[in-house]
Order: sequence, then C-alpha cells, then structure tokens
Amino acid sequence: MSVAEPKVEKILEVKKVKKHFNMGRNQVVQAVDNISFDVYKGETLGLVGESGCGKSTIGRTIINLYEATDGEIRFKGQSTKDLKGKSRKDFNREMQMIFQDPYASLNPRMTVADIIAEGLDIHGLAKGEKRRRRVVELLKTVGLNEEHADRFPHEFSGGQRQRIGIARALAVDPDFIIADEPISALDVSIQAQVVNLMKKLQREKGLTYLFIAHDLSMVKYISDRIGVMYLGNLVELADSQELYDNPLHPYTEALLSAVPIPDPDMEGKRERIILKGDVPSPINPPSGCRFRTRCPKAMDICAQEVPTWQEVRPMHWVSCHLYQEESIKKEEANKNQSN
Amino acid sequence: MDKEKVLEVRDLKVSFKTYNGEVQAVRGVNFDVNKGETLAIVGESGCGKSVTSQSIMRLIPEPPGWIKSGEVLFEGKDLTQVSEKEMEDIRGKEMAMIFQDPMTSLNPTLTVGKQIMEGLIKHQHAEKHEAKERALEMLRLVGIPSPETRINQYPHQFSGGMRQRAMIAIALACRPKLLIADEPTTALDVTIQAQILDLMNELKEKLQTSTILITHDLGVVADVADRVVVMYAGKVIESGTVEEIFYRPRHPYTWGLMGSMPRLDLTREKRLNPILGTPPDLLSPPQGCPFAARCKHAMKICQQQMPESTSVEESSTHQVNCWLEHPMAPAVEPPAEVAGGGSK
Repeated sequence: MSVAEPKVEKILEVKKVKKHFNMGRNQVVQAVDNISFDVYKGETLGLVGESGCGKSTIGRTIINLYEATDGEIRFKGQSTKDLKGKSRKDFNREMQMIFQDPYASLNPRMTVADIIAEGLDIHGLAKGEKRRRRVVELLKTVGLNEEHADRFPHEFSGGQRQRIGIARALAVDPDFIIADEPISALDVSIQAQVVNLMKKLQREKGLTYLFIAHDLSMVKYISDRIGVMYLGNLVELADSQELYDNPLHPYTEALLSAVPIPDPDMEGKRERIILKGDVPSPINPPSGCRFRTRCPKAMDICAQEVPTWQEVRPMHWVSCHLYQEESIKKEEANKNQSN
Repeated sequence: MDKEKVLEVRDLKVSFKTYNGEVQAVRGVNFDVNKGETLAIVGESGCGKSVTSQSIMRLIPEPPGWIKSGEVLFEGKDLTQVSEKEMEDIRGKEMAMIFQDPMTSLNPTLTVGKQIMEGLIKHQHAEKHEAKERALEMLRLVGIPSPETRINQYPHQFSGGMRQRAMIAIALACRPKLLIADEPTTALDVTIQAQILDLMNELKEKLQTSTILITHDLGVVADVADRVVVMYAGKVIESGTVEEIFYRPRHPYTWGLMGSMPRLDLTREKRLNPILGTPPDLLSPPQGCPFAARCKHAMKICQQQMPESTSVEESSTHQVNCWLEHPMAPAVEPPAEVAGGGSK
C-alpha cells in the first residue's frame, strides 16, 4: 500500500473538465462542471457523492467513453483527446474499468474465458495455449479456478461475477483502473471480500485506482485520498483521514454526519447535520455556489460568485467562500452597506 | 416487567415452488414484537427477512409460495388462518408496510392525497372532507412542505425522499398498531436517509407504533432499533437488544457481519475481515447449522444438527443458536474487531 509520501508522479491530470449533455429544447444538463484534480501513481483516489452528482460521468469522461465538453484530461502526461492509432490502443489497454452491476456488465452469451480474454484478443497479447494459460492465471488471481472458465455468467453469484469483471480488467495489464461503484450491488460480507481483493491486487501489481462510490465508509476504507462531489462540482479533496478529521466544506460535514455508524451508543450521542430539501436539478443549477440552497452556513456572496477551487492547507483542496479571505471581506462590506 | 406483545411469530416456515424444486426461504422462524418497540431484522439478501415480513402481512404470492407451517399471532389472532377478506381489513388498518422503492410502490395514476385518503375511507369510513383533513395532517406530520399543494400532486412530482415521506404518511394514516418497513432507506442517498431516519425516530416517540425494520445496514439498525434479530439462510441465528448484539455478539455470523463493515470513525489501518464463501442454496439447505460451511469455528456437530436456541448468560432477551454455547464446546473468543465493539 502506498500511502501519503511518494506523491511524485502524476498518472492522471484532470483540468477544468466539463461534461454537458444536450437534452434538446435548449436544455443542457451540466453533469460535470469545472472539475480539476490529479491522481498519483499507485494511490487510490475515492470519489464520493450522492446520486446525480456526476461521479460516474467524470469516470466515463476520463476513460473516453464520453468526450469532454471542455477542459483537458492528461494521462501519463499526454492529452487523451484525439488519440489515434497506436497511442489510442495503448491508452485503451492501460486504463480499464470495473462496472457497478455485475449482472448487466458481462455478456450472457459468452463464456467466462472469452469474456476475460476479449481484451487479449483485441490487443493481440496472447493466442491459443498461451491465452488459455493467461485466463486460468487471471481466474486464480481473483480467487476463482480453472473449472469456471467454460461456464456462462448466469451460473455465478454477484460476488463471483464482480471477480470476473475484475479479471477482465486485469487481463491486459492496465496501470489505472476506474472502479465505478464496484461493490454497491453486493451483500455486506461479499463487499468486504471484493474490496480486500482489490487492495491485494493493488499491492501486488502497483495499480492506481479511481474508486467511485456513494458509501463513504467503504471509500474511506479503501482510499488514500477522497474527493467529494456535489451537483457536478468537486467541493473538497483531501487525504482520507484528514477529510474525516477536519472536513472544511459544509456539505462534507453534513455527508459525514449523515452516515450511520454501527454503534448504538455513539449513534445516540452523535450530533447530526440534517440537510434541508433535495439536490437541485443539474439542468438549472443554483447561481454561485451550487450547494448554497441547502447550506446551513450560506452567505450573500454564495449566490453571487462561484467559489474558487483552492488549496487551503497542504494537499487539502476546497471550493467554498468560507475559506476565501476576499469573499469574507466582500461579505462584510455588503453587510456594512446594508446597515 | 412483562411487555405487551403485539406480534408473535412461532416456527414460521415458508417455501416457494420453483422449476428446480422447493426453495425453503423461511425455515422455522421465531420472534416477538413488543408494544411500541422497533425490532430490526438484519441479514443478507436471500436470508428470508423480506419473505418473513411479507408472510406476516400475507403478501407472498400463493402460488408459487405457501406458508408451510407455523403461527403468526397478531394480538392473539393467528393470521395464517384468517380468510383473505378478514386480512383485507387488517392490512392498512391494523398493520401497514413501507416498501424499499418509493418509485415503484406508489400508484402513479393517483394523487398522493387520494392514496392517503383511500385507507381512511375504506377502513375508518371517513367522509371525504374528513379524510382530506387527515391527509393534510399526515403530510404535515411527515414533514412535507406546503401540504395544501402537495396533496393534489402525483408521485412523479415528488423527489425520492419526498415519496418515501408520502409512503410513510399512507402507511400511518390509519394509525396501525404494527408498521413493517422493508429497507425503507436503501434506495435513498445518505443525506436523505438521515432525514428519513430522523423522521422515523420522531414518529416513534409521537405515535408509539410498533415497528419491524428490515435492513442489511447495521448503521441504520444502531440508529433506530431497540432489538435485533439476525437471520441467516431462512433461520434466526441470534437475537437480542441492540446493546447485546452490537457489544456482546455471540454468533460467528454476527461477528462476521460486524467484521466486514468498514466504519467511518475508525482509521483505515484496520483490515476488513470478510466472511469467506457464499450463503447456502435453499433448494437443498444443509442439515446442520447453515453457517457451518463458512464458519471458522465449525465443529463436527455443526454439520449434522441445527443447534437449539440458548439464552446467553441468563439474559431474558439475548438468544443465540450456536453449538459454541454448548457446555462441552471449546471456548472461542470473538475476533478482536468485534470484542468491545469499538467504542466500549
């Protein structure tokens, strides 16, 4: 496990990326808006947020399933836009994805061996006897065995299917894996199995993960750093323990306090921040800070200006007017004026 | 201090006929619900927790399902024996249910107000205007803003959290004695879940409704339940008060459940201890303890015979079905992450 120290090599740079979907009738869903972050080699970056916050969209945009509306994504220093020929093929091999629904993401007409080896075939990495050996080796890596190779997906349980999905992602020796809610369809005891497997594989193969999920406790368990998203924006990014100990953004605070802890005494004592209302629509998001409509600490300036994304402490990024000196000054000036 | 029992489930067995044979979904379940308390039934998918609750309401589709044996005593009356007609009077009036998915369990063609009034008119023979008043009152009670407008709206105009609130309003409109909530917050986001759990706790204080809460989330259990029943492969394997189950669990499966859940308040150095393997196939359930195949402490007897329910340390509430409780069994310490339950 590589923790905080050797954060030198950036494997992925996301710079002011936007992804908007045109819904017709001049309606645009701003699913992802102005997101910037880096992912370091060998780390796990967790992305959390509630449904509709754009966490899956950013994952899919990074792997080029969607084309970014604006901004730049650099993988290993190279822009992923307009990749052609060999460099495109390399990119597709080096970055892989594990999907949420293990029932929908495996082709029911293909045997497990063919599913796992599809990447090998496309990239011409192994044929015949070698291909078979590689499949068996991959099955063993994820805790399945050779006899599973010639079966079909419907013969497996949810946890086993997710293992097949992981084996498929690993087949082409990727460096970077985007895991989009890989465990949320699984039972508690099986979730722990799959997460421990992912951790083990990371240690052995030096993988980098972008782990997208809504379950904050699980994300905290697996991630080195955590990014919190709200309505298409990244609102806070920090080391996972730091984020838990010192949440800066009011949304992060509310989110942390909303997660129930399996300890009745603590639950009884814990102060919970209950957010009012629901997440607004990304078609017509609130002006200024998008969280202001539900924010218990909202000021006047929050409606007027979009907060900037800044590093307020070393490695702790937040986008909130409460931590911007200029904003606080302006707010005070406003107040004096109205008095 | 004998508490009044609202519901007693005795040796309930429910099976489903399938193409492959008989699936024994519930295999002899016993528990009580006391007046005014919240009982949580926890377990993984397929453990029979939903089938149990649906059998109490007599909502399992027959066929293919049928209640093989056992009793469901609701205020002394055996619900497995009453006619469908009588059951219709009980459902909605005496006991009500909240379902997991508020998107699909509300009627999309009726206004929310109509759906709340329906039960009042049918069961309490309320006049229309009376029912409407009550509906407004219910909407206010569950914290839906501007109820006068909301009452005439359709479910699709409500957000997920609001729909779940509406569903709670429908369920509680006739002031049932027993409320069954089947994964009421699973489909919701955490901040919305917090709102709904808060509401459920508040309503519990106000209305004193006995509740059966079905969930797989131990965090939710810790938040709202008074007592817990842990189910595995169609059987109850442990039951007790929240404190007993969380701080002094005795069954290796309960240990496993606790060990496989990451906790937000603990540092990540602590490793998760998953339960290896998968639950047994209920088409041909094992003869002995259903957890034996995955249990680290399994003995010979575990494979052969299902252990009886034993009281733990003379507690009147804490019961466990495990051979490790037998005086001749070797002493087994619960794993480190469970012993002491973290904070204690």
